[in-house]
Amino acid sequence: MTSSFLRKLRIFISSLLLICFVLVFADFRAVIPEKYINYLLYLQFVPSALKYIDLLTMAAGGFIIILLLTLLTGRTYCSFLCPLGIGQDVFSRIGGRVKKKFRRFGYKKPHTIIRYSVLALTLGTAIFWGLYLLTLLDPYSIFGRFMTYFGEPVILLVNNFFTWVLGKFDVYSLHHVDIRGFNPAAYAVPSFFFLLVGTMSFVKGRLYCNMICPVGTLLGLISKVSIFRVKFSESKCTRCGRCALKCKSSCIDFLNFNVDVSRCVNCFNCIDVCPEKSLSYGFIGSGEKHVQTSDGRRKFVAASALMLLGITPGVVGQQKKGAPVPGKASTVKEPRTFPVCPPGAGSFEEFTEKCTACSLCISVCPNNVLQPAFKEYGIAGLMQPVMNYHRSFCTFNCTRCTEICPTNALKPLLLEAKKLTQLGKVVFIKDNCIVKTEKTACGACSEACPTKAVYMVPYEDSLLIPETNQNICIGCGHCEYACPVVPYKAIFVDGNPVHAAAAKPEIKEAEITTPEEFPF
Amino acid sequence: MQRREFFRKSVRAGIAAGAAFNLGSYNKLWASSSSAAKYDLVAVMGGEPDAMFDLGIQELGGMGTFIQKGQKVLVKPNIGWDVVPELAANTNPGLVKRIIEHCFRAGAKEVYVFDHTCDNWINTYRNSGIENASKSAGAKVVPGNTENYYQEIEIPTAVRLKKAKVHELVLETDVFINVPILKDHNSTRMTACLKNMMGVVWDRGYWHSNNLHQCIADYALFEKKPVLNVVDCYNVMVKHGPQGVSKEDVVTMKSQIITSDWVAGDAAAAKMLGIDPQRIDYITVADKMGLGTMNLESLNIRRLKM
Repeated sequence: MTSSFLRKLRIFISSLLLICFVLVFADFRAVIPEKYINYLLYLQFVPSALKYIDLLTMAAGGFIIILLLTLLTGRTYCSFLCPLGIGQDVFSRIGGRVKKKFRRFGYKKPHTIIRYSVLALTLGTAIFWGLYLLTLLDPYSIFGRFMTYFGEPVILLVNNFFTWVLGKFDVYSLHHVDIRGFNPAAYAVPSFFFLLVGTMSFVKGRLYCNMICPVGTLLGLISKVSIFRVKFSESKCTRCGRCALKCKSSCIDFLNFNVDVSRCVNCFNCIDVCPEKSLSYGFIGSGEKHVQTSDGRRKFVAASALMLLGITPGVVGQQKKGAPVPGKASTVKEPRTFPVCPPGAGSFEEFTEKCTACSLCISVCPNNVLQPAFKEYGIAGLMQPVMNYHRSFCTFNCTRCTEICPTNALKPLLLEAKKLTQLGKVVFIKDNCIVKTEKTACGACSEACPTKAVYMVPYEDSLLIPETNQNICIGCGHCEYACPVVPYKAIFVDGNPVHAAAAKPEIKEAEITTPEEFPF
Repeated sequence: MQRREFFRKSVRAGIAAGAAFNLGSYNKLWASSSSAAKYDLVAVMGGEPDAMFDLGIQELGGMGTFIQKGQKVLVKPNIGWDVVPELAANTNPGLVKRIIEHCFRAGAKEVYVFDHTCDNWINTYRNSGIENASKSAGAKVVPGNTENYYQEIEIPTAVRLKKAKVHELVLETDVFINVPILKDHNSTRMTACLKNMMGVVWDRGYWHSNNLHQCIADYALFEKKPVLNVVDCYNVMVKHGPQGVSKEDVVTMKSQIITSDWVAGDAAAAKMLGIDPQRIDYITVADKMGLGTMNLESLNIRRLKM
């Protein structure tokens, strides 16, 4: 294999993958079939591992493939498949252009204490408490949030600009999409990480991946026993040092002919730049030097892998702290006791324990009803998706969010099942209702209801007023969204802590029959 | 500054539209002197939606009576809900298609179709079958999903709806054809011609919270009135309207009402549902405001069976 081929292959695959990820998150017209989105997500390490723990099937075994790939080839994942890693390469490249004259890279010692502490803490909290740190640090989820919070709005701006231009020429093939944003507080974490990861990669290449990213550290540990790796041919090397200066991971110690395999992300830039062809990627030869791994470390690797496989379960389902507790009802302000979890969540607890807030569902929701939670789920559920019925409603004929969830926090629902899944129950507050307060007709809620869980009954004079049947309510929130009363709605959906099955609407034949003659 | 400019622009557009409309009705008078418009209302029964329209419009002198060559036409069906055509929550796509074909045959330069849907608009346009039907007839299907498509207009003589934001197409087109479907309605009891106008404005919530019936009637004061109302009564949702739950809510009536008087159209449509028009407030209010007549006895009605 020629040396430049590997680098070109890496650039080709990673660019393609990054483009696919951007398209998936930017697909506001919902044209990409769920199937393809799932293919793309299959190999994402943390989501796949979480899904596997939940389902124990190879259909979610992408992370096992990654583990094997790492055992074989080293941290190929980090350069070829991780969207955050690829994104950092883009930043790093721009950084290189801007700061051409500075010596950016060169061999540095590893941040051993920091990286293993972060990994241990992340794994520890995930196993004994909850996903919080993993939610914050999973590279795929970080990338997902970047796309949802910052990437998609930019793409919409471009779309809206072209819509406007085409509109001038009476062409309506594109359409305007409002950029509405989220609760400002929801931006805190993604903004912090954007600055952190952005700056680190801009200035120091893959420093984030080698100092903080728990997936990078874990795969780095496994890489220490990998079979294929970048190695020196000592006889050819002239110690010019070009490789070290080119290394994004700052992991080539050319004076000692050593490549720190735990930090090498297989970008192959060094091989490409070496004028003597002294560096190559291949099977570890017997005579070559490499760092000896200690038994203790090997055990740690094995233990971590086992934990990820879910072999130490039973401690995962801990009670969440800070979760909302059902409260007492007040009169006019909507007396909400529970937030509404998205369809497929099963229950509040199950859902918040599995979601890493990658925000893909928020991006793909065609109705924009999914919003990042701020305090709805408690502090631990920050940024996880919650139904916001003041902003939109869950469209009856749609299951898109349930079909693309990479961690299985949202389980796939067939459309017929979704139409009978009760996310919450409708509650009518008569004292807020137009019909009572203004004594005029309204009925916007009943009009919107797809199951007629909200229907109109005679009221004073010839007026009609809403009445509800919680049994057939599916909690889609269309009534709440349509209710024109402000600031508190006259009708709202109170979330079910555990999603229930709604009864089917009763079907009766119509009393009116086909006419023979005009009635006028 | 921008707001004022915007407002000025919309008034100008409104005047232009009004002028165009007046011109339209003068021409109609001319046409009526020969053969057409002898009837105030044509009702057809017993055929398919497209065939009934062919017959009905012929009785009114053909589409050429209502459209001049080179005009831009807006066809406004009801595309409210994300359901299939059989459930009759949206106007019959075959009827919409045939009306567009008639418009082009009469020399229309461009035909536009849109609605401010209640459900997700992309799915609704697609699943109603109206997007495909309209495009196959050569019309432009235009989104109505975001506020920037809507421009503010004034209705000074209105009681409650003094201002509204209407879709730019209402102002920019020369001729307006209203193509509602007759349905039961859980708050106004019935929806057809007048109520279909809730799909050309942005803020429906305002109507709901400011005396719905009065707002529906008020909108009919706006200069840009339909030259023709075609009420689709082929499949009629007789309960659980306007969205419907199942096909049991639908009765096949194989009928159609075509008229330039939308109050009369609504009165006739109400009777199809077995409701006395007197019981529907927006019809009586619109009648009192002189926006049309609900007294069907006073009209020259042509009843046809196929």
